[in-house]
Amino acid sequence: MNTTRAGKTVSLYVDGKKFATSVHGSLGCTGCHVDLEGKELPHETPAKVNCGTCHATEQEQHARSLHGKAVAHGDPLAPRCANCHGNHDIYPVKDSRSAVAPMKVPFVCGQCHREGTPVQRNRAIPQDNILENYSESIHGEALLKKGLSVAPNCATCHTPHLILPHTDPASSIARRNIAATCTKCHSQIEAVHRKIIRGELWEKEANVLPACIDCHQPHKIRNVFYTQGMADADCMRCHADPKLRRASDGQPLYVNVDELSHSSHQTNARNQKVACSQCHSEVNASRVRPCETITHKVDCSSCHDEIGRQYASSTHGQLANKSDPNAPSCKECHGTHGVLGRLDPKSPTFATNIPALCARCHREGQKAAVRYSGRQHEIVANYTESIHGKGLLKSGLTVTATCTSCHTAHRVLPRSNPESSVNVANVPATCGRCHNGIEEQFENSIHAKKAIASGKELPVCNDCHTAHAIRRTDEDKFRLDIMDQCGRCHQEIAKTYFDTYHGKVSRLGYTKTAKCYDCHGAHDVLAVTDPRSRLSRANVAATCQKCHPGATRRFAGYLTHATHHDPRKYPFLFYTFWGMTALLLGTFVVSGVHTLLWLPRAFQMRQELRAAEAEPATTVGTPTSEESSDA
Amino acid sequence: MPNGGVAQRQFIRFTRLQRILHICMIVSFMSLALTGLTLKFSYTKWAAVLSHLLGGFESAGYIHRSAAVVMFGVFITHLVDLYRLKKKVHGTWRALLLGPSSMLPSRRDLTEFVGTLKWFVGQGERPAYGRWTYWEKFDYFAVFWGIAVIGSTGLTLWFPVFFTRFLPGWFLNVATIIHSDEALLATGFIFTVHFFNTHLRPEKFPMDITVFTGRMPLEELKRDKPREYEALAASGKLEEKMEEAYPPIVVRAIRAFAWAALAVGFSIVLWIIYAMLFAYR
Repeated sequence: MNTTRAGKTVSLYVDGKKFATSVHGSLGCTGCHVDLEGKELPHETPAKVNCGTCHATEQEQHARSLHGKAVAHGDPLAPRCANCHGNHDIYPVKDSRSAVAPMKVPFVCGQCHREGTPVQRNRAIPQDNILENYSESIHGEALLKKGLSVAPNCATCHTPHLILPHTDPASSIARRNIAATCTKCHSQIEAVHRKIIRGELWEKEANVLPACIDCHQPHKIRNVFYTQGMADADCMRCHADPKLRRASDGQPLYVNVDELSHSSHQTNARNQKVACSQCHSEVNASRVRPCETITHKVDCSSCHDEIGRQYASSTHGQLANKSDPNAPSCKECHGTHGVLGRLDPKSPTFATNIPALCARCHREGQKAAVRYSGRQHEIVANYTESIHGKGLLKSGLTVTATCTSCHTAHRVLPRSNPESSVNVANVPATCGRCHNGIEEQFENSIHAKKAIASGKELPVCNDCHTAHAIRRTDEDKFRLDIMDQCGRCHQEIAKTYFDTYHGKVSRLGYTKTAKCYDCHGAHDVLAVTDPRSRLSRANVAATCQKCHPGATRRFAGYLTHATHHDPRKYPFLFYTFWGMTALLLGTFVVSGVHTLLWLPRAFQMRQELRAAEAEPATTVGTPTSEESSDA
Repeated sequence: MPNGGVAQRQFIRFTRLQRILHICMIVSFMSLALTGLTLKFSYTKWAAVLSHLLGGFESAGYIHRSAAVVMFGVFITHLVDLYRLKKKVHGTWRALLLGPSSMLPSRRDLTEFVGTLKWFVGQGERPAYGRWTYWEKFDYFAVFWGIAVIGSTGLTLWFPVFFTRFLPGWFLNVATIIHSDEALLATGFIFTVHFFNTHLRPEKFPMDITVFTGRMPLEELKRDKPREYEALAASGKLEEKMEEAYPPIVVRAIRAFAWAALAVGFSIVLWIIYAMLFAYR
């Protein structure tokens, strides 16, 4: 059966068998051709079938799509349902006989979107060689050559019905949606694109960050995009010239290839090479000067995502965000093209180089130090003389704590910030990273926050050990100073300690007598009422025995913090002291008065004796009587 | 001082042993005072300096305890000497203790004390003192008292583990206070009152060195101890107790030593005053 439409002979044959096996077989002819219901044969040419009566969602999507709008405009090239799906031979998508089975989709779309078709020639399609590129891409290869039906076809990215140009914000391939589209399949892509996916920055800041397609060209998706896109050699055509300078401010733009080739972006354990355009993104390979489209500085966080976020939260990053001229950016510490890993001794971020690196700004008088209003001064000098500084710089122990060990490298925050690694709440954990076990002891001590709920200000590591001037704990100076540190809070106890033998010897500058920590312990100090304390009833004798072999429980009754000024607490001492003082004063007053009264008489006697000596004839034997007569 | 030449004879007041004991006591006492006060006044800069000069607190401690042993030795030797004196000279304890040369205070001492006070205020003659004046007896027994009090408390502090077997621990604190304050009393008293009363009285200026030479001029005996002089003159034993004076070189050496001891003593007094008045905490 045939008919003639617009001068062409068109077959009107319907393969009944095929139709019966199609998805619509059970509906019968009038299920779709509703206008033929009850009509006598031979019927008139039926009206166009409205798939939307059943497939309302799809039809609505199609109507909003590029294709649907073109249909509405009356574009003869615009595809309708049947152009893709066929008419009487519609099978489920998963059925290989379906016209839109995954394997066939590229060809369905390719009917129009291939080189030479009227659509490709006459309509504004920004992409060329779409089908060819696709079939050679990693996606196309998987689908067409390897037969992986789950590999993406056109509809996977462009959607089946709601096909929109990438300029339409609602499009699945619009810049802000492309990430969501690609990650439908590439769900683990954060392993290599750390920031973009997990950080959701792709969606949030699509304008700042490169979208998938900036690197992975839409239809020729390869994992080696840059060798095909922007090659380093293109950049070096200009930037290898040592005299190259920026026109606006004369800043040198020369790139030292030798330096670059030794950097960790070129030579690293994973043997990954980073191309110019990976850091200097926004280049456009189609321009003569691909770099002229660059509007932003290099953003290291594109790859170093976690670090970038840490940096942004740090004081350094916050200042940079405010465009503070003193704020250090990545390159301030890491350099630019010659960037090296922190394990490379030549790197400015190598452990032994860090103090000098930080000192560039934090040395007294430098730009960071002059802004600082806290209590820590001469940081660099103190650190250099500290146990850490000596260990690192003199002994070359690269595991010794350096600036970044405590302050962190990228999350540098002031002590007042609760997030800071050197905030009072975090100091024990920070020190505990190296001083294994000490933190645990401390956390179980009376000084730990959890031990006391009083809200009193409790000491942490640096209150006793200081921050930058940390000394060896076996140095006399430290051992003597620590008592004053304890005394800052335990004033009365420290004062009375210095009234005892132990304290007096310590005060003289000797470390052999018991000091606070010898009896109380250092990091594990506990209340004396605590049975675990070294000074508890059960343990005190053993503690004394450390220095006094044979000491008994009674010996431990010695008052190590005694004062004779407290009659209630220590009546024996009080009354002994005042008894002795009374004896002292009494004796001195009596003998003093006695001596003072004596003085005039003694001087008088002296004069008389002198006078007697002066007389040539002394009456030997009777000086006493002479004196008396004179008196 | 009238100097009748080398041949001048002087009255023997102290035996050789007594003189040696006094010198031992000076050395021991000075050492004890210096080392002990560094601890007592540990809060002054001086104490730290001195402690380091003495070779550190441990070495100061050794010096202190060695000096204490010397002091105990002096004390015991004196007691033994007294026993010998009783045997050889006095025969009975009664004669020794109640005789005219006894150190024990007597009723006459009280009369002499009152008489002296009257003399001070111009209400009477200077009393005719015997061999030992009341202030000399006071000094003598102050040493007994001091050795007993400071010595016993010092021993408890030296051997705290032993003593706390039968004494409570806080007794060590009490002992510390007693030891230290009694020592302050002793040093303060010796370096001011004793120095003045015995060695530096204006009429004896520059210094009475009888205790070092053992000899005193006869005129001085007549003037200061008239009762003893008269008793000796009456019994005719005076000549037995006379001996030749030391040559001037010996006297000069003795004076140098005595002045050194005085200088140390006065320095300590100044230090005590400074520590007590200006640096006390």
